[in-house]
Amino acid sequence: MTSSLTVENLSVRFRLPGATVHAVSDASFAVRQGECLALVGESGCGKSVMAHALMGLLPGNATVTGSAWLRTGDAPPLDLIAAPERVLARTVRGRRIGLVPQSPAAHLTPVRTARAQLAEALRELGSPATADELAARAGLDPAQLDRYPHQLSGGMAQRVVNAIALAGDPWLIVADEPTSGLDRPLVDATMAELRRLADDGRAVLLITHDLRAAERVADHIAVMYASRVVSHAPAAEFFAGPRHPYAAGLLEALPSRSFTAIPGRPPELTDLPKGCAFRPRCARSTDACSESPEAGPVACHHPLEHHVAR
Amino acid sequence: MLRADGIAVSYGRQRVLRDADLTVAPGVVTGLAGPSGCGKSTLARVLALMLRPDGGRLTVDGTEVRRWRQRAARDLRTKVALIFQQPRLAVDPRLTLREIAEEPFHATGRPPGPAADLADEVGLTPELLVRRPHEVSDGQLQRACVARALALRPRYVICDEMTTMLDASTQAHLVARLEAYRTETGAGILAITHDDELLTRWTGPSEGPIVRMG
Repeated sequence: MTSSLTVENLSVRFRLPGATVHAVSDASFAVRQGECLALVGESGCGKSVMAHALMGLLPGNATVTGSAWLRTGDAPPLDLIAAPERVLARTVRGRRIGLVPQSPAAHLTPVRTARAQLAEALRELGSPATADELAARAGLDPAQLDRYPHQLSGGMAQRVVNAIALAGDPWLIVADEPTSGLDRPLVDATMAELRRLADDGRAVLLITHDLRAAERVADHIAVMYASRVVSHAPAAEFFAGPRHPYAAGLLEALPSRSFTAIPGRPPELTDLPKGCAFRPRCARSTDACSESPEAGPVACHHPLEHHVAR
Repeated sequence: MLRADGIAVSYGRQRVLRDADLTVAPGVVTGLAGPSGCGKSTLARVLALMLRPDGGRLTVDGTEVRRWRQRAARDLRTKVALIFQQPRLAVDPRLTLREIAEEPFHATGRPPGPAADLADEVGLTPELLVRRPHEVSDGQLQRACVARALALRPRYVICDEMTTMLDASTQAHLVARLEAYRTETGAGILAITHDDELLTRWTGPSEGPIVRMG
């Protein structure tokens, strides 16, 4: 049976003194084995919080509602949101879901070799594999494992954290901004690695602000704006012309396209406007937009026609 | 002209730059490209008078730089501004965004310009100006860093991978802001990035040269 993650109506709120942060609102999407779903959006739109919510890594002042059903082969489905920490720690993190962190250089312990850190992950997860096998699987030369993190290039450090994420043989890889701060050849190499993981029958949830990186690897693109998933489409359809005005604006802002910013700025997550959150910046807004659009592939009252954005 | 001739820099025994030349002309955007680790950022720090090279000459509008960092002559130092890749590492986390943007005025003992103008120019709202770095996104923080860089009206602005961490729309906004500054003041911009599409697009309007390193 195919393994999958199905997120339904997921919301995350943070209580702050005198304010509530609406970090994720009513998000629904699914990702299956063999697929890569890219979750894109500007910084502060809630996409990293989503990743942390799925792995049970949110701080204590967070309230999570909705469900995230993890179906692993023939095992009974598990709701990641309702599951107790003990279950997440023992059966999910590292074993079913592997996390590729934001900054490999900062994620590795500087005073221990790559080999020691890989071996630790294997030992903790009770894996029979050796560090050398794991390194080879992640495209690393085992001879390089005896280096310390500062002796690794950015691309090699990236492969070490990929190898650690794969130590427990998870079928779902969550990659949280795996390319920030890397130069273009390294971004391309990292995306190729993620694509290879998906082609090997894993599922990849890629969280990124970089549309061009997403284009290289994703089968589906979900766009988040002000805590909501506003657009969800097959990648080819998305890059041919997104139907949500925000998604279209984001794509048009690329230097390879019109290179113009979307006017205005995103709302504060503590103070979201009523109705469509993109309304104040949207050229197409009408009175209908004072009502929240229904969540769906295009959460908009007046979506663009296909292919007009180009 | 901001002109570097034969710049050499070593970190310990590691030679990072050897005989590097670069000229940033006023009024145009000069592009600088190269793979990570080729010394782009080191050269950026030399050009901004923030790193004393082991060899070579740096001249700012014909005046040779002889003192570096805090010892540099103020009128030379304030002619060149530097914008970093990671705004979070480039600000004092205790300061509000307004204080960050106004730092150059305090450092040089000048009265700060009206904060509202500054906020507007880079797209920050008054309520964001009273926040501290941990309360804002990378994009919002980088806007404050751009305001800080432009505060003293520099003749040259070095943008070292300024938008690598940012989404496409914020990138387009900040580049447009720097282009507006350049056309208004005739300042010279050095755009350092490994993103060829961005480089072509950014240097295009002023027909500036693209220099490749490494």
